[in-house]
Amino acid sequence: MLDKIQIAKRIAREIKNGQYINLGIGIPTLVANYIPEELEVVLQSENGLLGLGPFPNEEEVDADLINAGKQTISMVKGSALFDSSMSFAMIRGGHVDLTILGAMEVSENGDISNWKIPGKMVKGMGGAMDLVASAENIIVAMQHCSREGKSKLLKNCTLPITGIRCVRKIVTDLALITVMPEGGFRLLERAPGVSVDEIKSKTEGRLIIEGEIPEMVF
Amino acid sequence: MINKTVPNAESATKDIGSNSVLMLGGFGLCGIPENCISALLTRDLHDLTCISNNAGVDDFGIGQMLQRRMVRKMISSYVGENAEFERQLLSGELKVELIPQGTLAERIRAGGAGIPGFFTPAGVGTEVADGKEQREFDGKLYILERGLIADFALVKAWKGDTAGNLIFKGTARNFNPLMAMAGRITIAEVEELVPAGELDPNHIHTPGIFVQRIFEGKNYEKRIEKRTVTP
Repeated sequence: MLDKIQIAKRIAREIKNGQYINLGIGIPTLVANYIPEELEVVLQSENGLLGLGPFPNEEEVDADLINAGKQTISMVKGSALFDSSMSFAMIRGGHVDLTILGAMEVSENGDISNWKIPGKMVKGMGGAMDLVASAENIIVAMQHCSREGKSKLLKNCTLPITGIRCVRKIVTDLALITVMPEGGFRLLERAPGVSVDEIKSKTEGRLIIEGEIPEMVF
Repeated sequence: MINKTVPNAESATKDIGSNSVLMLGGFGLCGIPENCISALLTRDLHDLTCISNNAGVDDFGIGQMLQRRMVRKMISSYVGENAEFERQLLSGELKVELIPQGTLAERIRAGGAGIPGFFTPAGVGTEVADGKEQREFDGKLYILERGLIADFALVKAWKGDTAGNLIFKGTARNFNPLMAMAGRITIAEVEELVPAGELDPNHIHTPGIFVQRIFEGKNYEKRIEKRTVTP
């Protein structure tokens, strides 16, 4: 089983040179720490920054410089600042190459639910619906099962949908999975020490297993 | 050059009445019109509609307007971090309309730009699409969203001049330039107000035509929601 940092590390290996990337809140934010140094990539923050840098040191903290999670941040060399409309023009217009975000549920045709649990306080979708509506390349970081042990990889989402047929890959604590264009979760890699049978038993949606499934390498 | 200067936040906002529709710039607490909000808090206002990406926190920003029951409806994309908001929402005192962030930004931009509606893919297949016209373009579905305008737009900039030209700083820009375009009356508060001619026209983010009133704010707190540092 992978911990959150290992999930982030595995996702970081999916990143390619030259990509513009939007990272969601939670595990996706951790991915920034594990992007291989030889890659030149640019992180986008939907509140209006291209070129997200590390958290600042105490003296550099600037209230006018935050990320989409409202944390104080720094800028890398070559950054650009812009308004919210232009930010989502980048997102909806398909200019952002990779979106990494968390989810509560993913269905076998790539639908994602991650913004609302009926009966609980609804905080809002923020930029999630815009992000998933247009991105060609979405990787989801999440636990394979809920705290109650229920599979989060489903035939159909049970929670309100954030976007339809949009998830490309999923990295969970148990596996790396790709969502097939015609539907179905195809198992690509298993976490160290996790058996195919365990992944099978914890995946409610259709799991496609072809050939030997290798263990993840870090 | 037309002079848009007013003395202070109180005079700039004095004709904002109950039942007004307001836009308030900012993302979280970053780039919010602190002085205008403080001025509104001294008034006996009620049933305001506030269009703002967030709703402040309990004791700062729009959160303070909620504490005083001044707001009837919020139009936002994310309203976490606010216990009083949650209480009023659950008790039915407050209405909330949640809009995807990019759609909210574009609705404001469109409203200010004279575009009554546009098609966006955000929200297709979700409850956001309920009751909205849907159309297919090149094999993909989109929903119709309407432009938004407000009686008053309250925006915060870093620098401004007496002609109403504005320059923003960092990520405090966010919704401010869009809202400046979409207010029937746009009130800009700035950290530094200079005479027309002192700002380089090449550096202006919001041209003065969009701003009706401008003043230099004071005592900016610029509260940080999540101070995060590298040790």
